[in-house]
Amino acid sequence: MTTVQDLGRPGYAHLGISASGAADALSLRTGNLLVGNAEGAAALEMTLAGGTFEFESRAVVALTGADFEASIPMWTAAWVKPGEQVRCGHARSGARCYLCVNGGIEVPLVLGSASTHLLTGLGGYEGRALKRGDVLACGARTLRAASPLLGTPPPDQDSPPIIHVTSPTNAQALCHALWEVRPDSDRMGLRLRGPALDRHTGHMLTEGVPLGAVQVPPDGQPIILFVEHQTTGGYPKIANVISADFHALGQLRPRDQVRFEQISIDAALTLLRAQEDWLHSLV
Amino acid sequence: MVGVSQSPGMRVVDSSDRSLLLVFDDRISLAAHRDVLRLTPLLRSAHGVTNVHPAYASILVDFDPLRTGHRDVERAAEELFEQAVAAPLLQPRTVEVPVEYGGEYGPDLETVAALTGHTPDEVVDMHSGAEYLVYFLGFSPGFPYLGGMPESIAAPRLETPRRRVPAGSVAIGGRQTGVYPVASPGGWRIIGRTPLRLFDPAADPPVLLRMGDHVRFVVKGSI
Repeated sequence: MTTVQDLGRPGYAHLGISASGAADALSLRTGNLLVGNAEGAAALEMTLAGGTFEFESRAVVALTGADFEASIPMWTAAWVKPGEQVRCGHARSGARCYLCVNGGIEVPLVLGSASTHLLTGLGGYEGRALKRGDVLACGARTLRAASPLLGTPPPDQDSPPIIHVTSPTNAQALCHALWEVRPDSDRMGLRLRGPALDRHTGHMLTEGVPLGAVQVPPDGQPIILFVEHQTTGGYPKIANVISADFHALGQLRPRDQVRFEQISIDAALTLLRAQEDWLHSLV
Repeated sequence: MVGVSQSPGMRVVDSSDRSLLLVFDDRISLAAHRDVLRLTPLLRSAHGVTNVHPAYASILVDFDPLRTGHRDVERAAEELFEQAVAAPLLQPRTVEVPVEYGGEYGPDLETVAALTGHTPDEVVDMHSGAEYLVYFLGFSPGFPYLGGMPESIAAPRLETPRRRVPAGSVAIGGRQTGVYPVASPGGWRIIGRTPLRLFDPAADPPVLLRMGDHVRFVVKGSI
C-alpha cells in the first residue's frame, strides 16, 4: 500500500480530526532534506510492499525508512533520468519506506495538508492509496541543492525494538511483558497481543488522547494510538510512547515483537533533542 | 503523584512528553462544559500549541516540545482560564437529525432493548424524545458527544469494538449517545442511521454540528 504523506494536519483536533501524516516522520523528513526539500514536503509512503515508479522527467529522489530491496541506493540523493523507473519490492524488515522527490509530490491540500487520511478518504491522492497507472505531479524544483551527504539510518535499532514510554502513574505491567504486533494494526492503532492487562475498573469519562497513547480496552490487550488515531477516547490509558520513538512505531509490522521501557519526560525530551540534532546534522 | 498539579478549578496532568490534560471535573457537568467551551478557542492560539482536544470535562493540549514546555503551557492555560471565565458564549443552535431506527440500520436496537428492559419502540421513543447538548466533537471527524440521553436506555459498550461502523450510524455507549460521521471502528451499540453528512472536508467549517449546539433526533420511517 502506498499513500501520499507529509507531516499531517495539526490544528483540527477540536473538530475530531487527528493530525495524520507520515507514520515514520523521521524518515520522511530525512528523505526530504536529502533531496533539497523543506522537511515537511509531501512524499510517497510505502507500507510493507512497494511499487514501480516511472519518472517522465529528470528528478532528484531519495529512499528512506525500511529496506524494500529497491533499485536505487537508500539514504542518499540520486538522480533519475527521464523514463527511468525506481522499483521497490517488499520490506525485508521494518514496515515503511519513503520515496521523496525534489519539489515534493503535488496534490491538493485538504485542511492545510497533503496527507492521506485513509479512514475518512481525506487528502492525499483522491483520498486513497495509490493504484497502478496513477500519475502524480511534482512541485517546482526547490532552489536548494540536494544534500551531498549520506543520511545514515537513525540510530537506536534494537531487536526486538524497545519502545520508550512515559506514564503519569506507572507502566510496570506493560514494561514487564513481551508483546506481539497484531495483524489488524494500521495507521489508526497498533494492536498488541500479550498477557491481558488489568482492566483498571471504574467509570472512565471520555477525554482527549494524544498520539502514542497506550489504551487498554476491556479485553486487556493494549492499543497504541497511531497517526490516524481518534482524538478522544474512553478506555483507560496506562502510558504514552515518547515522541523520539514515534518513528520506530511506524516501522513495526505484524508479528514483530516489542518491549517497553518507562522513562521520565525529561529523559524523553533529551532523546527528542538528540534526534533533532542528528536530523539537522544532515544539512 | 508525579506530574499532577492542582490550581483552583483545574487539575493538570502531564499526559505525554508533548501534551497536558486539563481536567475541570471528574464527571459530566454543565459548569465544566462551559469552561471547556470558553477555553478551547483561547488555547488553540497559545504559543507552541499544535492541537486542542476538548472533551466533557477536560481539554487535552498538544504542543511542540521543542518550542515550549509543560510548565509554560500550564502557566498559559491558567492565565487563559482566568480570561475564559469572562468570555461570552455563542447563542446555541438547535439542529434536527433524522434517524431510521432499527432493522439493518440499527443492528443493536433489540440488544439495547433487552439489556435495558424495554421494547425496541420504547428505546426509540426515549432516544428521539430527548433534547441533546453537543458537549464536544471528538473520536473521529465531526463526531458529536451528546448529553441528555435518558439513563434508562444506557447500555454497556461492546467488549470488543467493531472494526467498521457505517457512516451515519446512531449509537449508544454506556450513558452516551452519538452519530458516526464517517465509517470507522467503534465500540458503541448501533440503534439507527441518519442520512445527514456530519463531516464534509470541502465545506467550511467541515463539520455540521458544533460544540454547544442542541440536537433533536427525529424518527424517519418505521422499524
